[in-house]
Amino acid sequence: MLRDITLGQYYQTDSVIHRLDPRVKLVATIVFIISLFLVDNFIGYLIAAVFLACMIKISKVPFRFMVKGMKSVVFLLLIAVVFNLFLTPGEPVISFWKITVTKEGLSMAFKMAVRLVFLIIGSSLMTLTTTPNNLTDGMEKLMAPLKRLHVPVHEVAMMMSIALRFIPILLEETDKIMKAQIARGADFESGNLIKKAKSMVPLLVPLFISAFRRANDLAMAMEARCYRGGEHRTKMKPLVYHKRDGMAYGILAVYAVMSVYFGRFFRI
Amino acid sequence: MGIIEAKKLIFEYIRRDEEGNVEGITRAVDEVDLDIKQGDFVAVLGHNGSGKSTLAKHLNAILYPTEGTVWVDGKDTADEKYLWEIRQSAGMVFQNPDNQIIGQVVEEDVGFGPENMGVPTKEIWERVEESLKAVGMYQYRKHSPNKLSGGQKQRVSIAGVIAMHPKCIILDEPTAMLDPNGRKEVIRAVRALNHAEGITVILITHYMEEIIYADKAIVMDKGHIAMQGSPREIFSKVEKLKELRLDVPQVTLLAYELKKSGIALPDGILTNEELIKALQA
Amino acid sequence: MAIILNHVSHIYEAGTAMEVAALKDVSLSIPDGQFIGLIGHTGSGKSTLVQHLNGLMKPTSGHIYYNGEDIHEEGFDKKKLRSKVGLVFQYPEHQLFEIDVFSDVCFGPKNMGLDEKEVQLRAYAALKQVGLEDDYFYQSPFDLSGGQKRRVAIAGVLAMKPEVLILDEPTAGLDPKGRDEILDQIAALRAETGITVILVSHSMDDVAKYVDRIVVMNQGSVMYDDEPRKVFRYYKELEAVGLAAPQVTYIMQALKEKGFPVQTDIITIEEARDEILKALGKTGRRNA
Repeated sequence: MLRDITLGQYYQTDSVIHRLDPRVKLVATIVFIISLFLVDNFIGYLIAAVFLACMIKISKVPFRFMVKGMKSVVFLLLIAVVFNLFLTPGEPVISFWKITVTKEGLSMAFKMAVRLVFLIIGSSLMTLTTTPNNLTDGMEKLMAPLKRLHVPVHEVAMMMSIALRFIPILLEETDKIMKAQIARGADFESGNLIKKAKSMVPLLVPLFISAFRRANDLAMAMEARCYRGGEHRTKMKPLVYHKRDGMAYGILAVYAVMSVYFGRFFRI
Repeated sequence: MGIIEAKKLIFEYIRRDEEGNVEGITRAVDEVDLDIKQGDFVAVLGHNGSGKSTLAKHLNAILYPTEGTVWVDGKDTADEKYLWEIRQSAGMVFQNPDNQIIGQVVEEDVGFGPENMGVPTKEIWERVEESLKAVGMYQYRKHSPNKLSGGQKQRVSIAGVIAMHPKCIILDEPTAMLDPNGRKEVIRAVRALNHAEGITVILITHYMEEIIYADKAIVMDKGHIAMQGSPREIFSKVEKLKELRLDVPQVTLLAYELKKSGIALPDGILTNEELIKALQA
Repeated sequence: MAIILNHVSHIYEAGTAMEVAALKDVSLSIPDGQFIGLIGHTGSGKSTLVQHLNGLMKPTSGHIYYNGEDIHEEGFDKKKLRSKVGLVFQYPEHQLFEIDVFSDVCFGPKNMGLDEKEVQLRAYAALKQVGLEDDYFYQSPFDLSGGQKRRVAIAGVLAMKPEVLILDEPTAGLDPKGRDEILDQIAALRAETGITVILVSHSMDDVAKYVDRIVVMNQGSVMYDDEPRKVFRYYKELEAVGLAAPQVTYIMQALKEKGFPVQTDIITIEEARDEILKALGKTGRRNA
């Protein structure tokens, strides 16, 4: 049922990519995504594809796990493609009834599809090779300079990691409450939208109450263990750059330069 | 002076109705005096709503007295400058195992307290290892807490408190949500800490069989201390315990019934062996 | 025969590496009006089992019959089944959601499509059955004490007038007095209405004096199924799987080993007292 949803899916295995500092992976993912949107020719996409393929190979994560992430966004992908395909003005290629496919439309649709697919695979590669905890640590460290602008970086990171810990618990709880209400004759499936929305009340009210109770308990438990925000805190697992992280940044830089040079300014 | 002392501790809270108007004042803790010595194992008993949990929350400065004073390791809990020292020296374990584990990996959760205290990284690792070993959870250090049983989760919570090197642990109904196996596991771990490490233990519970090993038992009712003494002394007063909505171990109850029927037995029998020995005599 | 389970198995995540058999070939028959204790430690399959009885879970193999009808047969009215086989979950107070106690109890009968008047009559009767005073009827359920909330939640199921009432750990988290009150109330309810009751628990002590029959679950299978006295004979085997017989059983066993001429199939303190008095040559008051 509900608990089958896997969140922050991490694929456990040992690879260089797994061992990289989460900051490197975060930066690399961002650079990769930017590159996808800067590039506008075939060579650029080819470079991105080769880069991505190499990373997947090194990560030792089976390719089907990347595709898994695609399933949830297939619909979005289709819409993007269809819109670009039919609604881009330009030189007509095929035309039937009221629909016209233009040359520009074809190329836009292709680009959009490639960008989205690469983007999803690229970011799932990050989440598949990094534990959620590591990821929040990385974000906290990367965004540390924002503290000077009074952005509560530590608090945001703490919230994220607590949310990650409690999502499975709350999902299980949802499952339990749902069953309890079904045992009292509740019906969560049939009826129109309004009736369905109304039938959620017996589920949502207990769920919210439980979430608040948990939040309250947790806050107390954290205070009892001397938690007082990010000040004075040390880390059990501090992030330290290793040689491999430097090398990874080097490779990333080479990719970025090549991608922009060939993908944007190079004309055949 | 003992590790924990309280004098005329009173805690009141204001009840409000839905509009926020004051409905009245409830006195949850009423003139409680405590004097707990370093290394003692003290059990605090009472039915739900007897004020035992509210009392517990005063012992590590989660709540402050309305009147009276609480000292932890000689420090007044109402004095803000001691707040973190008090929370470090009196660690607390709560009832719901799910709602007090912060880390997504067992070892990270145990490290949470030392991290907050600013302990250097290397020492955090040492403390985590030693604490997990002390509660017998070291082999689970890389596990997700969600995959553990209730008893195991509570042992992780206890390890999380020990890693802060407290002088005293307060356990607020740590076994109320566990099954009999989990209950035994947790009590065994707590007793071992008390024996081997000399940590003062204050165990709040309503399971009578958990207090047999305590040095001292305190029974709370309506916010004040209704009875106190050794477990044996407490259990010898079967009628009084029933009146206070508490259970008595079956063996004690049986001995009490036999005595009522005219068999000469000593007061406050706590174990099967004691009863059998007394009957053989 | 109200409910019959015929070779029921339930396997989670079948066909994957995480495959777990929660129920293994369980066959049981639950006649009308029996008071059954279903005992097992956490993970023994007892909670999975009870969710099969009202069709919340479907067996991966085997059949379940309610009054002779296969509940997973096409066209079988599951909603009706759930009103006939009332299931009170663990910590049932966590499912309360209405603004007042009375409306919450009305939720079940309302879902059955009964008319307004019948719904209210049933809710009122159910709240009376669990012994909640009228003063609380129009209070928010969230303002009640833990024990009261639990009563309200139980009333929420009783209001559907089930023929079978299943309670999953109804005493979890309550203090001794609260526990006794709830159990006494359930026993009284059964005596009054003759309803079939299945009490799920991990404590033999709690159920021993109430039930007619104990079903012990272990690792997804039925380990023992007999009247309490007979089940407790296997106290050593029970202990090996993490369960314990009531403490009096151990006392009587130890006394017998020490040469006291006592019977060992004893459940209550009163029986134990009389038995020991008899053995010591003093006539016990036979009031048990």
